Amino acid sequence: MSFSDSFFAAKFGIARRDLEAHLAVALGRGGDYADLYFEYLATSSISIDESIVKSATQGVSLGVGVRVIAGERTGYAYSDDLSPEKIRHAAQVAALIAAGPSKVEQTPLEEGRKRNLYPVLTAPNETAFKERVELAQRADHAARVYDARIFQVQVTYADSLRHVMVATSDGVLNFDRQPLARMSVLALARDGEGVPQQGHSGGGGRYELEYFQKERTPEYFAGEAARQAIVQLDAVDAPAGEQIVVLGPGWPGVLLHEAVGHGLEADFNRKGVSAFSGRIGQQVASPLCTVVDDGTIGGRRGSLNVDDEGNETQRNVLIENGILRGYLQDKLSSRITKAAATGNGRRESYEHIPMPRMTNTFMLAGESDPADIIRSVPRGLYCANFGGGQVDITSGNFVFSASESYLIEDGKLTRPVRNATLIGNGPEAMKYVSMVGNDLKLDEGVGVCGKEGQSVPVGVGIPTVRIDRMTVGGTA
Amino acid sequence: MTFAQLPEIAQDVVKQALAAGASDAECTIAEGDEFSANVRMGELETLKEAGSRGAGLRVLIGKRMGASYTSDLSPEGIQQMVRSAIDLAALTSEDPFAGLPETAELGALKGDLQLFSDETAQLPTEQRIDMAKRAEAAALAVDPRITNSEGASFDSSVSGRVFANSRGFLGSYRTSYCSISAVPVATQNGSMERDYWFSVARNYKGLEDAETVGRKAAERAIRRLGAVKVETQRAPVIFEPRIARSLLGNLFEAVDGRAIYRKASFLAGKLGEKIADERITLIDDGTIPGLFGSSPFDDEGVPTRRTPVIERGVLKNYLLNTYTARKLNMKTTGNASRGITGNAGIGHGNFFIEAGERSQEEMIRSVKNGFFVTELIGSGVNIVTGDYSRGAVGMWIRDGEFAFPVSEVTIAGTLQEMLNGIAEIGNDLEFRGSVSAPTIMLGEMTVAGR
Repeated sequence: MSFSDSFFAAKFGIARRDLEAHLAVALGRGGDYADLYFEYLATSSISIDESIVKSATQGVSLGVGVRVIAGERTGYAYSDDLSPEKIRHAAQVAALIAAGPSKVEQTPLEEGRKRNLYPVLTAPNETAFKERVELAQRADHAARVYDARIFQVQVTYADSLRHVMVATSDGVLNFDRQPLARMSVLALARDGEGVPQQGHSGGGGRYELEYFQKERTPEYFAGEAARQAIVQLDAVDAPAGEQIVVLGPGWPGVLLHEAVGHGLEADFNRKGVSAFSGRIGQQVASPLCTVVDDGTIGGRRGSLNVDDEGNETQRNVLIENGILRGYLQDKLSSRITKAAATGNGRRESYEHIPMPRMTNTFMLAGESDPADIIRSVPRGLYCANFGGGQVDITSGNFVFSASESYLIEDGKLTRPVRNATLIGNGPEAMKYVSMVGNDLKLDEGVGVCGKEGQSVPVGVGIPTVRIDRMTVGGTA
Repeated sequence: MTFAQLPEIAQDVVKQALAAGASDAECTIAEGDEFSANVRMGELETLKEAGSRGAGLRVLIGKRMGASYTSDLSPEGIQQMVRSAIDLAALTSEDPFAGLPETAELGALKGDLQLFSDETAQLPTEQRIDMAKRAEAAALAVDPRITNSEGASFDSSVSGRVFANSRGFLGSYRTSYCSISAVPVATQNGSMERDYWFSVARNYKGLEDAETVGRKAAERAIRRLGAVKVETQRAPVIFEPRIARSLLGNLFEAVDGRAIYRKASFLAGKLGEKIADERITLIDDGTIPGLFGSSPFDDEGVPTRRTPVIERGVLKNYLLNTYTARKLNMKTTGNASRGITGNAGIGHGNFFIEAGERSQEEMIRSVKNGFFVTELIGSGVNIVTGDYSRGAVGMWIRDGEFAFPVSEVTIAGTLQEMLNGIAEIGNDLEFRGSVSAPTIMLGEMTVAGR
């Protein structure tokens, strides 16, 4: 695709020389670096509640963010109007961060290499609305017929199509078209007049709508949500205190996201405020653990062709056989610390300053048979599914909430237990990993990561893992 | 386009929607200007300044709903938004409870709610940066163990909101907001702890001074150094005001009309019952001048009001919008809330627990062995069942005094037990944001550690 055929050139008449002119204004006060981030975002959502389509919404937002870096300083401004005057004004405001004569030679813009990790011809957002409504209705129906004890079902379907263009003063010009779709099902179950319990499931990615017809159907997500709600009806109180914990494969990879991932973001490490600061080359996990962040997996929710600073995403090894190898970089941190780009500069929208963020974070498979891992535990907790998690990157303490877990007694899964929070310390917890399964699984595609008020879609994954010591926040 | 021109645009959107076949329509326009300055280790780190605006439309065709939004307020952008909402209304289901509030329910509070001051907007950038610098410098000066900083910030915003509907409602208001915050890092024996403090106000003149914000943040970070895990045990737990607020967040979700009609709350069907210790009175009030949860009307054009939610331990009211009120055969409490589009959800005004009589010091002195919680992390609260399990940080109390800092533990129980077990309510209620609580002393909870 040539520049003139690109989305913003075609739809808004933006020319290459306009981009170069705006960058020149941005650098006019002496900044070292400037970039422009154009975004056009179309979204749709459908919600079903009590078996009726209660809400259908769609809309469009667009804008451009201008960033100027001067040393370690960042100036930022944005406009939701793409007229040249408004962009120039934003560039002037962002430029104020620097004080002095312009000193940087702007590199002529050159288009980046093209690859497509999500070759989606028709994005879900561009299909007939009716088809998407029908998918959501199928999920509602399937959850209700799963079991007579299911009494409430909510289905949410949401998709987006984001067009972005990044132009930088060091010559990068990149475009991307980023489709994304997700279905979520929440089911409530009740035995007679007993206490209701809930189950939740969902998934999606950067795929055609066909994904929900062939790969992961509404019936699949609905069945999973309903099953979890029914399981909880028999749950007993979770144990309290230090236990052996076995994490099931897939979404429990949120452990890595919280325990390790955030602490390895380069901004925190550059400032020395992460529990992992200055620990490259040190043992921070058991030798069984190799953790990667990979933004290049086709179709995944956390994948991107280029990050939000115009760099290609890549596969980055964070921990190799227990040894800390590297941090996740954005432009600012890699400039200051002279580190190579890792393709992790991301932002929620044109209104936001990019930061180092994760993409798809997971642990590589080991050699143990998952069944042997469970058999090895005399008494402990097996966590099949989690809700969210959170971390204090400075102390390294992190939590995550188990939404479906079971007691392990004499090497067998016995009773389901009630929701409980698990807590650990990042650089310590993973030293207790004593077995890693051969069953690496990535999550279904529902993750949203929040940092400093910005949300971005991410993925996680993990094989079955045994952790010899972790505190479980139950009451029993 | 100025703020004063927006009401006319909103009314025009409603007119266009009716002309396109809607039987009812409502349009929201929101605009905002934001400013943020962040300093770190004495140097300016980021400066951000910008504004944006968007419009949203919700239409009803009979009992079917469609919604759309746009950031493009040009005639073409608005036409597309109207067409989009009308098209979607054909695809949703008939919902007998859908619709706008009754005309008689519409209206706005009279008089000045003191939500807006333009003085902050006129404050020169240098002074804003200076406040952040002073806050950080004060934090760094507190103790040699404050070795690092995640920075300090001055943030401000000015927002405007316009709402018009096809039943004749037209209203608008503006709000302003500013804050100073600081996040210092303390180090001891190679381990680090951070904490924060902040102050918010409608006008910068109402802020705590920058030095106080920095000093409080540093004292809190220092206090956390050397934290240990305690043995797993049952112990009384005290939530300081900053943490008690999060408990109110959980209660808000549990009285949200949507969770009630879906029976997805442990408080569904409990109206009129005693659900908490009689010391608890929980109020929602959107009418208090100057406070952060106040507004002249809710996001459906219904005036805000004062609604007792729990009165001396008895559950008195749920928080409702028009839709959830109809589902429950009740009246809206003026708690409709939404962004610029979609169906209205539920929001709170100033949501607070009334102050009690004991001081925080007296409460701490009364505890022989217990946990004073200063931070909670994670989302382990299940509103359906009331199950509660969260990561906690704080101070351990022995014989009425702080003995040592605690971290990497959890506290667990159920919201039902926690509400009924409340032993004391503090006299230290302060309105720092739209959710406010005094210190709360709960009964025993399970503290899980070693």
